[in-house]
Amino acid sequence: MSNVCLVVEHQGGQLRKNTLNALTFGRQAAAHLGGELHLLVIGRGAADLADQLGAYGAARLWLVEDPALENYTAEPWSLAAAEAARAAGAALVGMASGSTGKDLMPRVAVKLGAGLASDVTGFDGRCFTRPMWAGSVLARVEVLTEIKAVTIQPTAFAAAEPTGGATPVERLSLSLPPARTRFVELQATESQRPDLTEARVVISGGRGLEGRENFRLLEDLADLLGGAVGATRAAVDAGWMPNDLQVGQTGKIVAPELYLAVGLSGSTQHKAGMKNSQVIVAINKDEEAPIFEIADFGLVADLFQALPALTEALRKELASA
Amino acid sequence: MKVLVTVKRVTDPDMKIEVKADGSGIELSSMNFKVNPFDEIAVEEAVRLVEANGGEVVAISIGPAEAETEIKTALAMGAARGILVLAGEGLDSDAVARLLVRLVEQESPDLVIMGKQAVDLDDNQVAQLLAEYLGWGQACFACRVELAGGRARVEREVDGGIEVVEMDLPGVISADLRLNEPRYPTYAQIMKARQKEIKRVTPEDLGVDVSPKVVVRGFAPPPRRRGGRFVADVAELVRALRDEAKVV
Repeated sequence: MSNVCLVVEHQGGQLRKNTLNALTFGRQAAAHLGGELHLLVIGRGAADLADQLGAYGAARLWLVEDPALENYTAEPWSLAAAEAARAAGAALVGMASGSTGKDLMPRVAVKLGAGLASDVTGFDGRCFTRPMWAGSVLARVEVLTEIKAVTIQPTAFAAAEPTGGATPVERLSLSLPPARTRFVELQATESQRPDLTEARVVISGGRGLEGRENFRLLEDLADLLGGAVGATRAAVDAGWMPNDLQVGQTGKIVAPELYLAVGLSGSTQHKAGMKNSQVIVAINKDEEAPIFEIADFGLVADLFQALPALTEALRKELASA
Repeated sequence: MKVLVTVKRVTDPDMKIEVKADGSGIELSSMNFKVNPFDEIAVEEAVRLVEANGGEVVAISIGPAEAETEIKTALAMGAARGILVLAGEGLDSDAVARLLVRLVEQESPDLVIMGKQAVDLDDNQVAQLLAEYLGWGQACFACRVELAGGRARVEREVDGGIEVVEMDLPGVISADLRLNEPRYPTYAQIMKARQKEIKRVTPEDLGVDVSPKVVVRGFAPPPRRRGGRFVADVAELVRALRDEAKVV
């Protein structure tokens, strides 16, 4: 038993990009274990996703379709995942570490008698690396059980490329007992901007923005660069931005090509969410702000002047390019 | 109603964490400890529910003898009594959940509320593991809880926004940041808390083998970023982004 089984994250009939990052981990893990990579799609419309996933070189695609699985809920999804992992002969079962993966995988782990390592960033065949203490520490952990479970930190792995070919599909039929927690509704944050965890450019604001309206300055620049807007915990707590835009230890973890930190001091908890970004720029009027410790380029300036000036300068730059 | 809450003793999140040179642990000399901030939010929610509905909050900590301090914080906030499970290092989330299963069996609560994750190990597993072991529902990352007719209506912070679920009681809830703002106990409440009972037990008393499924083999500091520099003005920043970083 040496296979890897990954639960695919999807939304509205589309793959979530974090699944492609998790897939890279899955391929590496399968190579270490000398086994195959299997993918599992749970929910209604799984068959459409099977077409998208078929080209990624997995050895088998497992589908569990049932109206009761249409909206994610932990109890029936964990039953489906555990059954599929057993059918797949999985030694390692995992999912990308978003709000779904974190909610789901512990229950899967218990069903399989597996130890669960959270937010793994690497695997050497025996031990996983994972952050602790808001990313101040990288721990090496060993899971001692025969079957191992993981949630996978997507920012630690590049998105997998399709390898072509086709993957055989197998369906599982399960009888699902009634769940004690039931989905009622999703109050989705509407946005035309790219997903925060998938955007090439992220521009985040903190307490220095002083209010909801001023985030418009970040939004203008984000729209110019085709990026996403993020926020610190302070800005979300103040009600200036919605919760799903919070970047940090207990919010979203992002690693875009360019992260622009505006009017935020850079607490350890915030840095945990963005310090692996490729290029970090900070704009803050306080030159002692801790964010400058990890910035590639730091501008000590009043953001209310500097940010509009930057947007204008970049607009000219992009127009002339 | 009876609500069980957990209060984990964790390193102060405002203090700098350093890994020991030999990678065996983190530097703990001159470290402060406090209640895990998410657990404090859980205690606050439990106390409010019991203030509204009658009943009691029981505060549980699993850790060293010093964790009595964290239980006392919960008692000062309004928990009625505490249970300290004396345990050494190396307990993983699964062992914690298995200890809580035994306490749930003894106490028969209507609800268990705990922080969604501890800010030291950042596992975010115990509430979910516990719910699965008990065969209960879970409502994790809660930002709003309403009880009615033997059920909880819970709003959860998820990747795409807010998800609303309905959970049968008894069930397990994990608290997210914006569930509430914990109260500061008054001096009188802190003094009164000293009279409240704290029961001490061991895993052996509870009949639980706490052998871990996940063990830490070593710690390392995270990779350091290459150093950066200050730029004088917006023009220099744009040149740097264009020519050096090549991101525009």
